[in-house]
Amino acid sequence: MQDLTFTTLLAVFEEIFGRGLFWAMVVAAAVVTLLYIFVLIRDRAVSWRKFLWAQLSMPIGAIAAVMFVQGVTRSGFSDIGGPIDVIVLLGVAAGGAIGMAILVYTVQSLFWRQTEDS
Amino acid sequence: MHDSTYTPSRRGFLSLAAGAGALGLTGAASNAKAQVQTSAKIVILGAGAAGAALANRLTERLNGAQITIVDGRKEHWYQPGFSLIAAGLKPSNYSVSQTTDWLPKDVTLKHEWAANIDPESRKVALQSGEVLSYDYLIVATGLSLDHDAIEGFDLDMVGENGIGALYAGPEYAARTWKAASKYIEDGGVGLFTRPATEMKCAGAPLKHTFLIDDLARKAGSRGKMDVHYMANNNSLFGVPIVSEKVRMLFGDRGIAPDYSHVLTGLDAGAKRARFSTPEGTVERDYDYIHVIPPQRAPEVVRQSGLSWADKWVGEGWMEVDMATLRHNRYPEVFAVGDVAGVPKGKTAASVKWQVPVVEEHLIAQITGGTSDAAYDGYTSCPLITQVGRAMLVEFDYHNNLVPSFPGIIAPLEELWISWLMKEVALKATYNAMLRGKA
Repeated sequence: MQDLTFTTLLAVFEEIFGRGLFWAMVVAAAVVTLLYIFVLIRDRAVSWRKFLWAQLSMPIGAIAAVMFVQGVTRSGFSDIGGPIDVIVLLGVAAGGAIGMAILVYTVQSLFWRQTEDS
Repeated sequence: MHDSTYTPSRRGFLSLAAGAGALGLTGAASNAKAQVQTSAKIVILGAGAAGAALANRLTERLNGAQITIVDGRKEHWYQPGFSLIAAGLKPSNYSVSQTTDWLPKDVTLKHEWAANIDPESRKVALQSGEVLSYDYLIVATGLSLDHDAIEGFDLDMVGENGIGALYAGPEYAARTWKAASKYIEDGGVGLFTRPATEMKCAGAPLKHTFLIDDLARKAGSRGKMDVHYMANNNSLFGVPIVSEKVRMLFGDRGIAPDYSHVLTGLDAGAKRARFSTPEGTVERDYDYIHVIPPQRAPEVVRQSGLSWADKWVGEGWMEVDMATLRHNRYPEVFAVGDVAGVPKGKTAASVKWQVPVVEEHLIAQITGGTSDAAYDGYTSCPLITQVGRAMLVEFDYHNNLVPSFPGIIAPLEELWISWLMKEVALKATYNAMLRGKA
């Protein structure tokens, strides 16, 4: 590929999802991440109870991400053809797991703050 | 459970956010080049992949230029999607958009065909009689599919009686799937042909063969099928190392290669096809046949005197320098895309690499300078070998493999990631290219 620059990548992602949806997703990801950092700072501590729930949700996020990618691309595990495919699969799963964990932790912190910290 | 004592500071958070912002800004800093002031009259023939991409890039770079783009077809076709439509993986509208969706506002679009090109007087006559004079001419007309050259064949036959022809357009690709899906159900002999002329995307005939084989396997009907790939010469692909790999895959899939069999005619009623071979005419019965006709430059180009006289005789590809794509006799004329008379490069991926080269040379010429931008024959083919896997084959004029991701994505390996790229990123990259952004 020629000139694979950051702006090219942005242009390609805009085309994949549509400009509006892509930037909405970027903003959503950024907002969740910022909220996550915000609750960490606000609470001045990591809540291990919330973190436990976040960890428990990680496999769900991993499986959901893999199913999503396979679903939209009409492919399955039998199409894995080489090491890079395994790495991509694990990367998709890891992305889903981490995203889910951050989301679950943040949602708990924002909405169920009073239920613990006793 | 007790909370931990990990305490990130507010200052830490702020500097992190600032850092991320700075990173974003550096990344987004565009490589915009200064605009060139000119009153040049530029005519682009063809608003397909090459014409639209160049129109967008030139309007970014030039200020004051009069750019006119000529194309009689109102629809823009995403041709890399045809193979997917013809395998029932996408609907026919997957490949269809409007030409006007892709063009910049400040170019003039003529919705009609060019009737005559006179490179001596620098004029293009349109079918309405209007005459456009130009300072620079970009020929990006694409090519013509010569279906009449197949005796006994007519496009109206596509979709019925086991006849497919996916190159002819999105509707014909969908009709090809109608015939191919019936073949998958009923089984029998399948003949997958390709022409002996230069052709666009020489991987597509292979993809169609692989996809029908795979879909039949998944439907459980492959045992009823006898699949033949009718090669035009004694190889399966123009790049020897890829041809060898395809030969091995065909062996693995039970697809029989019939070398040097060029389709010349068919009898649709009797389901019998005629092939020209070194041993003379050979007749073969079929239950499904995929027809790809001979391909040549459009009539208006062949009549213009811009074609090679001594190469590809009868095909009419434009006589341009293979590195600069500038015409050898008319320096203000360029060819981009399928119509260019260069050894490789009739794919959208080639267009992506050709367009910036033509852009640089044209702008250098306008400003009285020179450019060392050169096209080296880059062509890419995500060669689908089954639904879910492809080989990302990339090569140049010299039959060298030029992988974009060496050591990461192996070019001759059937990979899921290559399929993902075709499914998810290819059309998006193509669209970005049309807008002049990739």
